[in-house]
Amino acid sequence: MKRKDFIYLSGLGMGALLLPDLSAFGNPIDPSQALEGVDVKIKKELADVALNAAKSKGASYADIRIGRYLNQFVATREKRVQGVANTESYGIGVRVLANGCWGFAATNNVTKEAVAKAAEQAVAVAKANAKIQGEPVQLAAQKGFGEVSWKTPIEINAFEVPVKDKVDLLLNVNDIAMQNGASYVNSVIFAVNEQKYFASTDGSYIDQDIHRIYPSFNVTRIDRESGKFQTRSSLSSPMGIGYEYMNARPEDKVSGVVTRYKGRYDMLEDVKSAALNASEKVKAKSVEPGKYDLVLDPSHLWLTIHESVGHPTELDRVLGYEANYAGTSFLTLDKWKSKKFKFGSDHVNVVADKTQPGSLGAVGYDDEGVKCKKWDIIKDGVLVNYQAIRDQAHIIGLDESQGCCYAQGWDDVQFQRMPNISLEAGKQKLSVDDMIKNVEKGIYIIGNGSFSIDQQRYNFQFGGQTFYEIKNGKIAGMLNDVAYQSNTQEFWNSCSAICDQSDYRLGGSFNDGKGQPSQSSAVSHGSATTRFNGVNVINTARKI
Amino acid sequence: MAILTKEQVKALLTKVLSYSKADECEVNLGGSDSGNIRYARSSVSTSGGSSTQSLVVSSAFGKKLGVATINEFDDASLEKVVRRAEELAKLAPENPEFMSFLGPQEYGPDSPTFSEITAAVGPKERADAVAASLNQAKQNKLNAAGFLSNQAGYAAMMNSKGLFAYNKATDVAFNITIRTEDGKGSGYATRGYNDFSKLDTNTDTAVAAKKAMASVTAKAIEPGKYTVILEPTAVAVMLENLFFDLDARTADEGRSSMSKPGGKTKVGEQLLDERVNVYSDPWNPELPGATWSGDGRPQTKVNWIEKGVVKNLYASRYWAQKTGIKALPSPDGLIMMGGNKSLEELIKGTEKGILVTRLWYIRSVDPQTLLLTGLTRDGTFYIENGEIKFPVKNFRFNESPIIMLNNLEEMGKTERTVSAESNSNYLLPPLKIRDFTFTSLSDAV
Repeated sequence: MKRKDFIYLSGLGMGALLLPDLSAFGNPIDPSQALEGVDVKIKKELADVALNAAKSKGASYADIRIGRYLNQFVATREKRVQGVANTESYGIGVRVLANGCWGFAATNNVTKEAVAKAAEQAVAVAKANAKIQGEPVQLAAQKGFGEVSWKTPIEINAFEVPVKDKVDLLLNVNDIAMQNGASYVNSVIFAVNEQKYFASTDGSYIDQDIHRIYPSFNVTRIDRESGKFQTRSSLSSPMGIGYEYMNARPEDKVSGVVTRYKGRYDMLEDVKSAALNASEKVKAKSVEPGKYDLVLDPSHLWLTIHESVGHPTELDRVLGYEANYAGTSFLTLDKWKSKKFKFGSDHVNVVADKTQPGSLGAVGYDDEGVKCKKWDIIKDGVLVNYQAIRDQAHIIGLDESQGCCYAQGWDDVQFQRMPNISLEAGKQKLSVDDMIKNVEKGIYIIGNGSFSIDQQRYNFQFGGQTFYEIKNGKIAGMLNDVAYQSNTQEFWNSCSAICDQSDYRLGGSFNDGKGQPSQSSAVSHGSATTRFNGVNVINTARKI
Repeated sequence: MAILTKEQVKALLTKVLSYSKADECEVNLGGSDSGNIRYARSSVSTSGGSSTQSLVVSSAFGKKLGVATINEFDDASLEKVVRRAEELAKLAPENPEFMSFLGPQEYGPDSPTFSEITAAVGPKERADAVAASLNQAKQNKLNAAGFLSNQAGYAAMMNSKGLFAYNKATDVAFNITIRTEDGKGSGYATRGYNDFSKLDTNTDTAVAAKKAMASVTAKAIEPGKYTVILEPTAVAVMLENLFFDLDARTADEGRSSMSKPGGKTKVGEQLLDERVNVYSDPWNPELPGATWSGDGRPQTKVNWIEKGVVKNLYASRYWAQKTGIKALPSPDGLIMMGGNKSLEELIKGTEKGILVTRLWYIRSVDPQTLLLTGLTRDGTFYIENGEIKFPVKNFRFNESPIIMLNNLEEMGKTERTVSAESNSNYLLPPLKIRDFTFTSLSDAV
């Protein structure tokens, strides 16, 4: 069920958009139900009904996704449990090609009759639209894989961990925050399990079991006298692994002005730092606007990579399919064809990778039955490739898809979505301390904050969680009211150094939005700490 | 899915409640049929439809609440879902903020949220409406990308304390971006209605096309503070962030733009220009809304901002009881009173300024001052001596709607508009604002 439908269903108004309205993600269920699977034989039978119905009505190609999307939220604030919700969204979506045009229909009535009817509706939609279709769809060939399966490699299934353990952990997190000066604290554990079955007339029957987790908190510190308030969010990342993410080992911790985390996370340690940081922020010096060298931590840089590298290299945007919503891209086909468009400095190497362990985008096969892989996007600063799906592959001279097709749920049509897009670590040995030593006038930014970028991905503005002034190679204290503005190409060409692989970490988001109706997708972005020279910093303080 | 009538719903929900053994039980029921068509590069890209219905049972024992859902409505399934909600309630932690369900409420007359015409719209009607838009673009050698969606649904609730509420609604949304073939010009239009027959994709396409053609060869001018005229769709994305902040709890807790030092709120203060009046009214014929909120509270006509003074904040029933304020639910749609002038008349009365037809990618920079950032998009024009002189390159802005509504010069006529950020519909006027802060230039078209 889409959020808009839910808001209508429950008669909720505008304010509901602000509240953590957990039910919007699916129907509430008993936690034990989340551990029950759907028999793969039943799914195959349903799939064959849909594929046969579509073909009999004249479809030249058809696929079906039988999706069971499970979410668990445990949300608390201060000493109180705000909500524990287990939700399930279960249904099927059928996509067909008929008369050279796509059609799609979905239902949550998972019976053979309803599935066949959805397939027929999808064909009817395709035929109605074919009358106003320009060019017929050209679908890249895809071999069938037969009956195969894939599962996120996890050590602990988050859905098997008792809710009480999660509640106890979060209340402990809140307690530490309050003891260390927080005025308020919210904390959440969010677990996702996508059980997706895909079948197509190409002869694939793909069963996938995908797990993701995201623990997070937000600490607020209020100075009652002045009325000033500041927040500091967790430095955790949403990850494509199990509950083992919550068990940090010494090798997962990166020490520095504040501890940051690699493949595992220490929520109790981070919340203490956050509460202290929030108090420090209330009293921190307001930034002097001007040009600074920026040293960006991976907990911050992932979002800049997402917005300024991930989005402009999406082929659907380049071609104009997103012109009415997310926008187009400055990385037009002529720049790619020239083979010499200097996107960034020589340090900049960016890869797309749908196989990266622990990442949000890692799956075995995409949502149109293509096996996932890894490829270069930016090589030594030059634009070399995009992100494509089956009906776009021919446009960039490929004879197969790059496997970037995804739908957020069974009732949403699949389309091109961003794979994990990551900046490769520097090849020379370089630590964060050594990088900072060489900066005369700079700002070291940790954690992601406010973000905004134009519809062709030229002009952007980013904030952060904590900002540290660098003076003559040393950290000189905390700054406030910092945001940097730049142009994508100028910014990436100002990249002057990247720390080595030992500093490489993943960040990411559960909420990459694109498409109409809008769909969310989960994606990770890896990097090591990176330096950018002479970036414009503005002061965001105002009086009202 | 059929839209169940009030009588059918009453019978079904009465049966569900008859299975309840909890201290209190509340049932929400709803369903919708929706369809959409999306086009780009002057051709259909994706389209589809979805049909869902669902029944949600909330059972409470003391302050323990359990919720369960089902989409099968036979007697055995209905009893099963009630039992499951009760089992979950017994396992749930006690919620100190739990409020006993509401008793019977008066909702006033039905609001005209439903249109039979919209409910009957299918793939053919959508394709025809889009064909008109596509043909116009092709004839003028322009690239069209757009989206049309419609939905019909119903919602109802009943509880063991005798509350019953029912509503059915339809809506249609259309938005289009027209770009010139050379990619140098772009224009946009967006519309939302309850009634499909009000939709005119031809006119909306023509509006977007005019902006696209007029925005070619945009000149770069220096960023800085300018007098701007914001079209209603640009006003929507700025003001809704102020509307979202009218929440009593965050204000009382000292962490919103509505908070004051010392733990007080800005209710009753002259926060904005005295010409600013904002209210909600579920019976407004141009913006009808549900007459009840999700927890059964009546939606009524409420003045939120009167003569620039914040009059009311919305609150949960728990927070309202705790703080002794009226338990107003967040509104379904908001209306800002405007003036009598058309957009053209506002332009005519402007010596120097910038016409902003759309703002985009709005994000909070500082929640304390409600400072927002974002960019102009799809047609930005320089005004001199009452005339549009030339298109200008897009800007990034950093501005607060609170500062903006203190720098109010003039308001035009109110019209129904859609936020391209939240998809919410509002009735808003175009606004003329002085000293609007643009902080950098963008090359984006």
